[in-house]
Amino acid sequence: MAVLAGYEYFFIPALPLLAFLFIAALATRRDDERIAPAFIITALLGSLALSGIALLRVTQAGPFTMTLAWLHVGQLALDLGVTLDYLSAVMMIVVCVVSLLVQIYSIGYMKGESGYGRYFAYMSLFSGSMLGLVISNNLAQTYIFWELVGICSYLLIGFWYRRPSAAAAAKKAFVVTRFGDLGFLAGILVISNLPATTFDFAGLAARVSTGHLPAASLTLISLLIFCGAVGKSAQFPLHIWLPDAMEGPTPVSALIHAATMVAAGVYLVARCYFLFTPESLLVVAIIGTITLFLAATMGVAENDIKRVMAYSTVSQLGYMMLALGVGGYAAGVFHLTTHAFFKALLFLTAGSVIHAVQTNNMWQMGGLRKHMPITALTCLVGALALAGVFPLSGFWSKDEILTAAYTSHLPGHTLFFAVAVAAAFLTAFYIFRLWFLTFAGAPRSEAAHHAHESPGVMTLPLLVLGALAVIAGGLLITVPGTGHGFGQLFETAAGAEGPAYGVMILSTVAALAGIALAYAAYGAKVVSPAAFNARLPFVYALFKNAWYLDRAWVWFATRVVLAGSALAAWFDRHVVDGMVNGVAWLCAVIGLRLRRAETGQLQTYAFVFIAGAILALGFIWVRNYSGYSNAVSAWLGYGGR
Amino acid sequence: MTPTPAIPPLEAYLIVSVLLFAIGLTAVLVRRNAIAVLMGVELMLNAANLNFVAFWRYGGAQRMEGQVFALVIITLAAAEAALALAIILSVYRRFRTVNVDQVDLMKG
Repeated sequence: MAVLAGYEYFFIPALPLLAFLFIAALATRRDDERIAPAFIITALLGSLALSGIALLRVTQAGPFTMTLAWLHVGQLALDLGVTLDYLSAVMMIVVCVVSLLVQIYSIGYMKGESGYGRYFAYMSLFSGSMLGLVISNNLAQTYIFWELVGICSYLLIGFWYRRPSAAAAAKKAFVVTRFGDLGFLAGILVISNLPATTFDFAGLAARVSTGHLPAASLTLISLLIFCGAVGKSAQFPLHIWLPDAMEGPTPVSALIHAATMVAAGVYLVARCYFLFTPESLLVVAIIGTITLFLAATMGVAENDIKRVMAYSTVSQLGYMMLALGVGGYAAGVFHLTTHAFFKALLFLTAGSVIHAVQTNNMWQMGGLRKHMPITALTCLVGALALAGVFPLSGFWSKDEILTAAYTSHLPGHTLFFAVAVAAAFLTAFYIFRLWFLTFAGAPRSEAAHHAHESPGVMTLPLLVLGALAVIAGGLLITVPGTGHGFGQLFETAAGAEGPAYGVMILSTVAALAGIALAYAAYGAKVVSPAAFNARLPFVYALFKNAWYLDRAWVWFATRVVLAGSALAAWFDRHVVDGMVNGVAWLCAVIGLRLRRAETGQLQTYAFVFIAGAILALGFIWVRNYSGYSNAVSAWLGYGGR
Repeated sequence: MTPTPAIPPLEAYLIVSVLLFAIGLTAVLVRRNAIAVLMGVELMLNAANLNFVAFWRYGGAQRMEGQVFALVIITLAAAEAALALAIILSVYRRFRTVNVDQVDLMKG
């Protein structure tokens, strides 16, 4: 492995980026349905193999980093580099595996779609950018790839750009994440202004550990970087873009808006963990807790199958943030991994259902279990994993987070824990509400009657992801190739405290209660949700309208921002433009007066010229020879001779 | 030894020169015919010429600057006359007059 001296790791992001170039050049014009998937799948297999090699290398030889100089201008040094440690290696493998399965699935899902080549071109660009983000060893490179995945997200949400709602959703996603990215950029600028600074993660970590950076600026920097994570990972209050992002094709939602890109915020926080002071970690935990609870309640009242999952994703990302905030570093990264598998699985099953029924509305589904057995089964596996039922992967990772919250030393950790358990109940409820509405009971529409199971190219990824969703919990015991459990890969204090059986029992009870309630309401129909809604219309309205946060943003944008803009526009129009116009007006007026002097008469000009010459001569004469010289000179302000 | 012939004092030349200059200037300022204006300019140039030569002669007459300048001005006056007459000709073609009062396109 040492033969190539480490350059080979640059190919992990470079292969999909090359695939992007090839697909864009060769397959976009006539939507070749063989070339495009072949390129991206080959590239991703290569990246996956290299990522596996990277994990082995980290195990055998420890973390590895390599830098190529890119731009050095004065003090500013921008480099391209790779960093390999357990965090990046695990994350890259997750990205490659999920991306690979999603691409295989897309072959079936996007079949016959116009823009087939464009779709795979964007997907390659995204995969390469995501891997570049993960492998980056410095903040500047991270930011570049951060923006690249953002633009890919924009392009893919707006994939059906002729649909106005898709175009609007793409724009919304771009603008809302922009708010967060601005914070991230500001954080980078703050770092670049520190004395003896560097963008390099290892260099920054060394400066932090030697106390070179004051705690106050660390708090500021980490909170600014967290802003970026809030935007990208759809945390409160910038979560509003993610549900709308479901306008994109479903495999896109699975890859970008569930498994990888939205997890980039969590990854960024994990990567920059050394920058976070206790104060900023408390902010992270609070934001995570608010997000996980609000999003869970929103998912309860949603009828669009993909939007339920979108809220679920927001909620689960909140769990990850909470984990990082309370110090459960390994727990957060572990949940990121398991969530990538089971949420991608859930989205792909949703895509399979939508493919068959041609609607997103769960009330027009029902009874699909009989027509689509593989989809129903894998969706059930995903739902159980998401709900956190023993022994599926979600159980272990959620349990790790709850334990971390419970045993944390952060102020208010008991409250975080309680909210997280309550949200676990809601999670189980909304995902089984989805499952019962979609797959159980009787078909509620013509299309649901005649649904067919998706082709093998789509069900195969479902089965693989289903298997991963079941067994990923085993990573806790041993990560293949490393000989360590997941927790030991990240030597942090929390998470190493062994199983907390009380927490496990509590989370299981919450999950089972949620499932039971969902069964009672939507499976057996012994509890009437309508009656509950009628009894508590206020709560229902609150959940249904997503706590009115979207409207709050619209109000903020239209009232506050536009009012401010109107003020600025008035100032610009009347004060700034007024000054400019005033100068022009003054010139015009003076010009109008002065034009009288121009008679056009040659002899007038000659006369003025001669008169001027005589005056000048007379002045010199008076100054030099006249007896009045001193008096006149004094009057004119010149010293006499 | 022949005595130095009596020559008029410098002031005499200067007075002639001033008169020439004043006549030329008057012509430039008051005559309406462009050719008369041009003639006025020529008079003014020759007044300057006379000054050069007179000062040269009374200033020691050793070096040649005065005479050289006079020659340069004569050449220049010839060139200027050619140019100015060409301009006057094209003005006449354009306006059908050489009256400088009536050529006032630059009037503001």
